[in-house]
Amino acid sequence: MEQLLAQRENQVTTVGDASFKIDCEKASLSGSVSQRACVFCGSRVVLYPIADAVHLVHGPIGCASYTWDIRGALSSGPELHRLSFSTDLKERDVIFGGEKPLERSLEELIEKYAPSAAFVYSTCIVGLIGDDVEAVCRKVAAKYEIPVIPVHSEGFKGTKRDGYKAACDALFKLIGTLPADDVPKRSLNILGDFNLAGEIWIIKDYYEKMGIHVQASITGDGRIADIRRAHGAALNVVQCSGSTMYLAKEMKEKYGIPFRRVSYFGIEDMSDALYDVAKFFKDPEIMRKATDLVSREVREIYPKLMHYRQALEGKTAAVYVGGAFKAFSLVKALRTIGMEVVMVGSQTGNAEDYQQLRDICKPGTIIADDSNPLELSSFLKQKDIDLLIGGVKERPIAYKLGVGFCDHNHERKRALEGFVGMLNFAEEVYSSVMSPVWQFAPRRERRTVAEARQ
Amino acid sequence: MLDITPKEIKPRTALRINPAKTCQPIGAMYAALGIHGCLPHSHGSQGCCSYHRMHLTRHFKEPVMASTSSFTEGSSVFGGLANLSQAINTIFTVYNPEVIAVHTTCLSEVIGDDIPNIIAKAVSEGTVPEGKFVFHANTPSFAGSHMTGFSSMVRAMVHYFSEKTGAESGQVNIIPGFVNPADMREIKRIASEMGVPALLFPDTSDVLDTPLTGKYDFYPPGGVTIKQLRTTGDSLRTLALGPFASEAAGAYLDEKCDVPCDILDLPIGIAATDRFVHALKNVAAQDVPASINYDRGRLIDVMNDMHRYTHGLKVAVFGDPDHVTSMVEFLLDLNMKPVHVVTGTPGNRFERRMTEILEGRLPDSNFSANADLFLLHQWIKNEPVDLLIGNTYGKYIARAEDLPFVRFGFPTLDRIGHQFKPHVGYTGALHLLESILNAIMDRQDRDATDETLELVM
Repeated sequence: MEQLLAQRENQVTTVGDASFKIDCEKASLSGSVSQRACVFCGSRVVLYPIADAVHLVHGPIGCASYTWDIRGALSSGPELHRLSFSTDLKERDVIFGGEKPLERSLEELIEKYAPSAAFVYSTCIVGLIGDDVEAVCRKVAAKYEIPVIPVHSEGFKGTKRDGYKAACDALFKLIGTLPADDVPKRSLNILGDFNLAGEIWIIKDYYEKMGIHVQASITGDGRIADIRRAHGAALNVVQCSGSTMYLAKEMKEKYGIPFRRVSYFGIEDMSDALYDVAKFFKDPEIMRKATDLVSREVREIYPKLMHYRQALEGKTAAVYVGGAFKAFSLVKALRTIGMEVVMVGSQTGNAEDYQQLRDICKPGTIIADDSNPLELSSFLKQKDIDLLIGGVKERPIAYKLGVGFCDHNHERKRALEGFVGMLNFAEEVYSSVMSPVWQFAPRRERRTVAEARQ
Repeated sequence: MLDITPKEIKPRTALRINPAKTCQPIGAMYAALGIHGCLPHSHGSQGCCSYHRMHLTRHFKEPVMASTSSFTEGSSVFGGLANLSQAINTIFTVYNPEVIAVHTTCLSEVIGDDIPNIIAKAVSEGTVPEGKFVFHANTPSFAGSHMTGFSSMVRAMVHYFSEKTGAESGQVNIIPGFVNPADMREIKRIASEMGVPALLFPDTSDVLDTPLTGKYDFYPPGGVTIKQLRTTGDSLRTLALGPFASEAAGAYLDEKCDVPCDILDLPIGIAATDRFVHALKNVAAQDVPASINYDRGRLIDVMNDMHRYTHGLKVAVFGDPDHVTSMVEFLLDLNMKPVHVVTGTPGNRFERRMTEILEGRLPDSNFSANADLFLLHQWIKNEPVDLLIGNTYGKYIARAEDLPFVRFGFPTLDRIGHQFKPHVGYTGALHLLESILNAIMDRQDRDATDETLELVM
């Protein structure tokens, strides 16, 4: 592939190659059209769904503007998280420091909205001009008697993953700050689910049907008081492990709360998520409820899935997502509807993730870390792919090439988690891959003609 | 509840709530995309580039390409020289553009990277291939807004490329301002109908409104070429549309190459378009052709046919200063009352121009530069309006106050139309009027009782 950057050679590999090795967790090459984001972005997405806190972006206006209500992380109550707050730093603040505007902004915010807590995100220049954000937060917290938590998310201080870690550090400061003695024994916290399109409500409902109390859905439809008492739960279930595994590990260390890594995408992984939790509680009643729930739900969706499978059998897919863990589920979920993944990549996967991907993908599958649009488009053409699963920036590239697309990122409009989510996913994939519009798109048009000739 | 804006207006000293602007670099990136074969380059952290590409993609529904210096902790201590030098090398090796347009960010500005020096070094070391270019604009995110960034990048085009050779040229430069590709296409059409050989820069038509062909062009066919940019110094005249976006480049071209410049309002609405057409007529030294007069006539026809529906309605308008200025004038010409007007971009010039336009027609109107949507919402709560006009972020206010809402300006993330329908010129004004009237009439139908529902409107 001629467009592959020489320096990126080791970040792309093919399943079945004698020496399967992939470089990852590397900083992107300067000058690449990377699909990655920054530290701030990582922190912002993890904490954003906490709906009764104010999220103040300390920096020039852009960082607040671009992250204003762009994730459909739904709240069942307050909507504070959907407003955009910024200190809107100007030249004089860069020269004289931003501490005073930060303090005044926090005061004005707290007096206006009486939030349960405030998060203060540091952006690039805050790291350079050296504001003592910690000190301002302490002062304001003491004055208003609410948690005011600095998030060390200066954009340049690493990758999006470091932003996840900064967010976890912020959350960890909150946990354990309210008594949790009355949290039921059979309880868990949900980590790493962002309640996009209301997905966490589906999952919460499953756990509750099994007789398990959900103490805090920390990163989706989150509430400060629930999070402050999250140390009372018996178990942490961690999805999107890239973003919240740090927190789970910290909570295990400090509070002795074990965790389970789960995924709610696809029938297999969704069922496993429920069974793993049931096994943890060692209660046959919970397991029976889980089994009943799974068989009921699967019975409901299976015939409908098979309808889509009939049409999609043999089609191919490419997956390019933020975290690699999601890719495992997608490979399996696509198999359920008859599709094979022939290219898979992520922005932030680690060596273990890619090793696991190799184990579940068929020989010949391309695996890429931190890919760019040129590479992606050449993979799509090379493998004659029918569907790309990715995010905002990948969508139009797929479409221009006449390739179907499914957003498995912020812009999903329907729940894709849970059993019902699997059905929605199949329908989304079907609607794009089998869309009548492709008969008018030149590349597909040629293929249709070629197929007809055979 | 989504509406948590209090009615009582208390002064704020530092806090920005629900901004009506964004930062400089995205404007620079958009302007640079209007050069053929150009790869915009963001000299800063990875997030900046990612956010700008995402935001532009959401507005245009098109692929948006740009590269980044991918700053790390090291570069913030030692400066971004190594990053940018490596970036230039990587970009020409891998993405092979005709030209790289570097813009800075808050990070590289505070570090104080000397971009011209880094570029000069790359040229002298042979990193920049023969016949290819690297140029730059300083776009500190902590000053101005995305409008400023756009303006600075266009000025940089003049600075780096415009030449006065003394060659005879009948050409007229048009700097279109921060408008959509469909608008740029329409401006070219009007100039061509008027018999004016126009060179538009930047020009994002056929860059950010490309067809689905089954082929993915990393560099789409549109955009002004560097060769064309060079000739701008020999042009007869420059028409700079929208002072915030275009004056800097137009005035600088006058200073650098003695090309006289007319600074005009963005040709949105009838009066501003009249002034634009008049300026073209002066250059062409020929009469306005029938086709343009008919466009104008059709617009006036609809304005008159439907005046009952627009007369006296109160409107709140927000967005970029060039857009808002012309829109306010158009609303007054429709006999509507733009009682609240907000732009997020700072600048006294906006307030001066507003005073000029509103004086004698609606002197009590509220208007402010450097304001936000929170303030606009409070104004509306204190003096309700019948219609809201602005970008997508207005939808929270429209919902809270149950207002008909016309999307206008950047960004429009939640409706379709701006990608292919111009808002400039007489035709653009007709499109805007159509949107305004339909919003008002849909509302009337929705609110009508069974007995007052009208078939013919």
